[in-house]
Amino acid sequence: MPLARTDTSPLFGSGATSTLRLIVYLAAGVVLMVADYRGHYLARVRQYAAVAVEPVYRAAAMPADAARNLRLAVADRQALTEENQRLREALLLTQARLNRLGAVAEQNTRLKELLEVQHSLGLGVQLAKLIDIVLDPYRQRITLDAGARQGVVTGQAVLDAYGVMGQISEVLPTTSTAVLITDSSHAVPVMVERTGLRTIAYGSGSSDRLNVPNIPVSADIKAGDKLITSGLGGSFPAGFPVGEITSIGAEPSGMFAVAVAKPAAALERSGEVLLLRPLAEPVGPPALRNETGPPAPPAEELQANAAAAAAPATPRAASAAAGSGSGTAAPNAAVPGIAAQSNLQPRSAANTAAAAPPPSTSAGATPAAPAAGPAAATATPAAPPARSVPAATAPAVSPSPAATEPAVPPAATPPPPAAEPPRPVPGAAP
Amino acid sequence: MNRHRAHFLLFMLSLILACLLQLMPLPDLLLPFRPYWLGLILIYWALEEPERIGLGRAFLLGLVGDVLQGDLLGDQALRLAALAFIVLRFRSRLRFFPMWQQSLAVFALLLNDRVLSLMERTFTGDPLPPLSFWYAPVAGMLAWPWVFLLLDDLRARLRVHEA
Repeated sequence: MPLARTDTSPLFGSGATSTLRLIVYLAAGVVLMVADYRGHYLARVRQYAAVAVEPVYRAAAMPADAARNLRLAVADRQALTEENQRLREALLLTQARLNRLGAVAEQNTRLKELLEVQHSLGLGVQLAKLIDIVLDPYRQRITLDAGARQGVVTGQAVLDAYGVMGQISEVLPTTSTAVLITDSSHAVPVMVERTGLRTIAYGSGSSDRLNVPNIPVSADIKAGDKLITSGLGGSFPAGFPVGEITSIGAEPSGMFAVAVAKPAAALERSGEVLLLRPLAEPVGPPALRNETGPPAPPAEELQANAAAAAAPATPRAASAAAGSGSGTAAPNAAVPGIAAQSNLQPRSAANTAAAAPPPSTSAGATPAAPAAGPAAATATPAAPPARSVPAATAPAVSPSPAATEPAVPPAATPPPPAAEPPRPVPGAAP
Repeated sequence: MNRHRAHFLLFMLSLILACLLQLMPLPDLLLPFRPYWLGLILIYWALEEPERIGLGRAFLLGLVGDVLQGDLLGDQALRLAALAFIVLRFRSRLRFFPMWQQSLAVFALLLNDRVLSLMERTFTGDPLPPLSFWYAPVAGMLAWPWVFLLLDDLRARLRVHEA
């Protein structure tokens, strides 16, 4: 102790190590700590001090930075190669994920389009997924994941976001099969959007092609014309895109033009489709139901009678059409028969066409339906049965040459005048 | 440059270097083994040139360390003041210890410093530190001979140079 006591410090002089001094300093330290800990009085001081010593931190960090740089500089090739490999793998993985994301985004777009169609239709629709697909020259079918339990019935139209795909031909409890419009046994009544020309589009057996035969040589049709469903026949609602004419040529006989169309629907690409709910019967019974009631003025009575006459006529006319191809398809709008046939069509003709019947027997019915389609086009939308009563006698008195032709079975040559729009009819009938 | 100034420069440089070493970032693995550089340098100067290091300077140095390390203000100041006091008290004995004994003494001093730190922590309500808290005095003990020899050598060189 004596030695220590004799020590001199320039700052404090003698007694630098006295216990009193120590106690004073310890007390100062404690006070400082308490002030700092409890009162945060020194926060501001510390803040300034921290700003002041910031360069010191940088200086202190310099050796570590230098060490890091050095390590980077001398990192051996092995490590770099490994890192490269690792990064490559990560990149691959990320790319794969990105691709999947792209597919999902595309699906999203597709579904959105479908959804839009569903909204804009205002019709009852149901979404179904494709689970199988058969595309060969003889059968163009798709299998959907909705069946009888989901309310699917035979004959429902199948659409995608771009147009008509086909119709349901077979229904199983949980799945169903649809025949595509390009199936060689399928026909869909269409209308050229630009001119309103009605005709039939037949499947060709190849999924990018529809045949539109029997176009009058004089008809106004050219490549690029859009085909839409005409709504005739009742299977397909009117106005859906079916395809686009790609080329027009002449039939070997030279009497008709033959067009080739490209389906509007993405037959080979769609993954989700819309099933249209069955449509109400287009004519006939609903009108009848409206007219039955209290006694009505003579005009209405007449209508009711006419409707009543038309309704019973239906089965008979249908049988007549199926059997002999009688005058119902006559160009001069033989309404009861036509109406009957268009009623009939969703059940018999269109479905037989859809169900790909053995070509020999029911093929006769197939052309009859298209034949009725265009002819009925004038009658069904514009003329309810009542108004066309006067014309009801027409088929009996004026069997046109066309009337006999539907009896000729081959599907490839449906009755030519039937395909002709009934514009010339008024001239011919009188 | 006269001798005093050169020695003063050496003194200041050693303190600054100690501060930098104290702050230098280290890998996490090595962090617990960082010796208490400020304490080591302080011990050296208190042993060799007690006229430069009084309790007040030790206290000031501790404040600087507090500010630099962001500790509770006064924490290191208190500890370094206590450290300086002990060294100055036993200076005559410590000076003439052989190196290994001196190292052990330094270890005891640093351990005592750690205990003080632990007390402070307890008062402020911090949880008990992990075991690695006690590695630093060992590292300080191992570093002491090198610090001592290096500074001694530098001082000797200065003296020779001046002479």
